[in-house]
Amino acid sequence: MSGERRESVIAVRGLHARYGTRPVLEAVDLEVRRGEIFALVGGSGAGKSTLLRLLIMLEQPAAGSIRLFGEEVVGVGPGRADILRRRLGVMFQHGALFSSQSVLDNVATPLHEHTRLPPRVIREIAALKLALVGLDGEAAAQLPEALSGGMLKRAAVARALALDPELLLLDEPSAGLDPVSANAMDQLILQLRDSLGLTVVLVTHDVDTLCQVTDRVAFIDARRVIGCGSVSELRSDDHPVLQAYFGGPRGRAAMAVT
Amino acid sequence: MPTPPQISTEPAGERVCLAGRWVTAELGGLEAALAALSRPGTGPLTVDASGVTAFDTGGAWYLRRLLRRLRADGREVVLLGLRAEFDELYRLVDARLEAYRWASPQAPRGWLDRLGRRSLGKASQGYRLLAFVGHSMLVLLATLRQPQRLRWRSVLAEIRSAGVDALPIIGLLSFLIGIVIAYQGGVQLRNYGANIFVVELVTLTMLRELAPVMTAVIVAGRTGSAYTAQLGTMLVNDEIDAIRTMGLSPAELLVLPKLLGLMLALPLLTMFADILGVFGGMVMSVAILDVDMGEFLRRVPQAVSLTSFMIGIGKTPVFALLIAMVGCFQGFQVAGGADSVGRQTTVSVVQAIFLVIVTDAVFSIVFSWMRI
Repeated sequence: MSGERRESVIAVRGLHARYGTRPVLEAVDLEVRRGEIFALVGGSGAGKSTLLRLLIMLEQPAAGSIRLFGEEVVGVGPGRADILRRRLGVMFQHGALFSSQSVLDNVATPLHEHTRLPPRVIREIAALKLALVGLDGEAAAQLPEALSGGMLKRAAVARALALDPELLLLDEPSAGLDPVSANAMDQLILQLRDSLGLTVVLVTHDVDTLCQVTDRVAFIDARRVIGCGSVSELRSDDHPVLQAYFGGPRGRAAMAVT
Repeated sequence: MPTPPQISTEPAGERVCLAGRWVTAELGGLEAALAALSRPGTGPLTVDASGVTAFDTGGAWYLRRLLRRLRADGREVVLLGLRAEFDELYRLVDARLEAYRWASPQAPRGWLDRLGRRSLGKASQGYRLLAFVGHSMLVLLATLRQPQRLRWRSVLAEIRSAGVDALPIIGLLSFLIGIVIAYQGGVQLRNYGANIFVVELVTLTMLRELAPVMTAVIVAGRTGSAYTAQLGTMLVNDEIDAIRTMGLSPAELLVLPKLLGLMLALPLLTMFADILGVFGGMVMSVAILDVDMGEFLRRVPQAVSLTSFMIGIGKTPVFALLIAMVGCFQGFQVAGGADSVGRQTTVSVVQAIFLVIVTDAVFSIVFSWMRI
C-alpha cells in the first residue's frame, strides 16, 4: 500500500481540542489517503474518540485545521457540513441503531431522507446493504434489541454504508465480539475496502485487527500522535509506550500470527 | 458537472446504452426511464455500459434490475463495456443478492385475533399491577417491622425532588386557580349582592376538591413520569439486575423510598396549594368584590369546618399511593430500549391521572353517602 501518493481524504494539521480547560488533543497532524485502512490506536482516554468526533464534525476543535476530501471543515456552516456528512458513513461503538425501527428500516432511513427513490426500491437497496455485511431477511425484520452483538455491529455497518459513502469511520468495530465474529468483522472491512473502494478509519484496541486489516496506524498517547506508520514500523520504534503496546504478550501473539 | 444516469436504446443495433453517474444519490430519475424502456428488436441484446462514469452499490442494484427485466422473456443479454472495477462490484452485489433470503411475510392478523390479544394484554397487565402493589405492600410491612432497614436518606431525597422542588409550580397554579374561581363566581354573586359568600365558594372548592386533585395531577405529570423514566432506564442498563445480584431488593431500595416520600410530600404540597389558592381568591375578592381582607380572613374559619379540610388532605395519601405505584410499575414494564421508556412514561402519566380522577369521584360518592 505504499509507493504512489494518492489524494488525501483526511488531512489534519496542528489540531488542538479541549473539554472546558482540560486539553484532550495537542498538535495532532495526520493524513489518510484514498483507499487506505487507517487505525487510530491508543490507551483509554488518550483522545481517540474525541479525534473521531472532530473528524465527523460533531465537535469543533480549539485550534488547527481538518480537511475532508480537500475541504476545510473547521468553522464550516451547517448546510455545507450536512453535504459533507453524506459522503461519510459512521458506525458508533454501540451501534446506535434506532431502537424503535426494524433493522431494515434503520438502513432505509438515510435513503428515505436523502434520495428520491421509490419506497419499494429503497427497501431492496437496504436489503442489499444487509446482504453485503452478511445479514439475511430474518435479521432484517427484527428490532435491534433482538440481535446479538456481532449482528448489531454488522447492521450498524450496513446503515453506515446506506448512502454509499466514500469514507467509512468505525468506532471499535470488533470490541465486545467473540473471536469468530471479530475475525468476520475484520474480513468484512477488508472486503468492503477492496470491492467498494472505501477509505476506512477505525478506532480499535484489538491488536489482531491492527495486524490483519490496517495499512497504517496512528498511535495516540497523552493527547499527541507519537507514531504513525505501518504496524511493523511502529513495532520497531523504540518509544517506550509503543514497545509496551506491541511488545506485550497480546501484541506478540498477534504479530506471530501474521 | 454531475451527469445523471441515463438509459437509451438504439433500435437498429438491438443495443441498450447506459451513461452517466450510476450512484445512489442520483438514481431518482432511473425509475421512470426503466418504466419507459422499450426492448428493441427480437434477437440477442447488447447492453453497452461504457458510458458509465461512476458506479456504486445502488447503481449495481439498478443495473441488475435492468438486466433481469431485459432477460424476463428469455432473451439473451450481453453486458459489455463496464469498467473492470465496476464489474467486480457488480459481481459482488449480484452474488450477495442471489444468496439473500427475504423473511417470509407474516399474514396480517384478523380483527378477532387482535381484539383477543389486546384484551389478554390488558388483563395480564392489570394482574401484574395488582401483583406489584401486593409485593410492594409486603415489602413495606416488612420494613415497618424493622424500621432501621428503611433508607431515610433516599426518602428525604424523594421528598425534596417530589415536594420541595415542586413548590413554585404548585404555588403559582393554585394562586391562579383561586383567582379564576373568585372572579367567575364573584361576578355571579355580585348580581345578588351576596359578595361575601365568595369566601365559602373559594375555600370550599379549593380545600375539598381543587387543591388535592390539581396537585395530584401535576405531581403525576412531574414525578410519576420521572419514576417511570428512571426505573425504565435502569432496567435497560441492567442496573436492576445488578441490584438483584447483589442480594438487594429493587422494591426495597427503589420503590419504597419513592412510595413513602410521595405519601409524605403530597399532603404537604396540597396544604400549600390550599393556602395559595385561598390567597389568590382573597386577592381577587379585595380587588373586584369590595370584600375587606380582614373580613375575608375572619369568615374563613366559619365557612370551612375542620372536616372539609381533613377530607381534602385525607384523599392525598391515596393519590400518592396511586401515582407512586403506577409510576414504578410502568418503569418495570419497560422492555427493549429508549423507545419503550418513552412509551411506558406516557402510559404511566395517563394511567395515574385517570386513576386519580376516578378515585376522587369514588370519594365524592362515598362522602355524600356518609353525609359529610
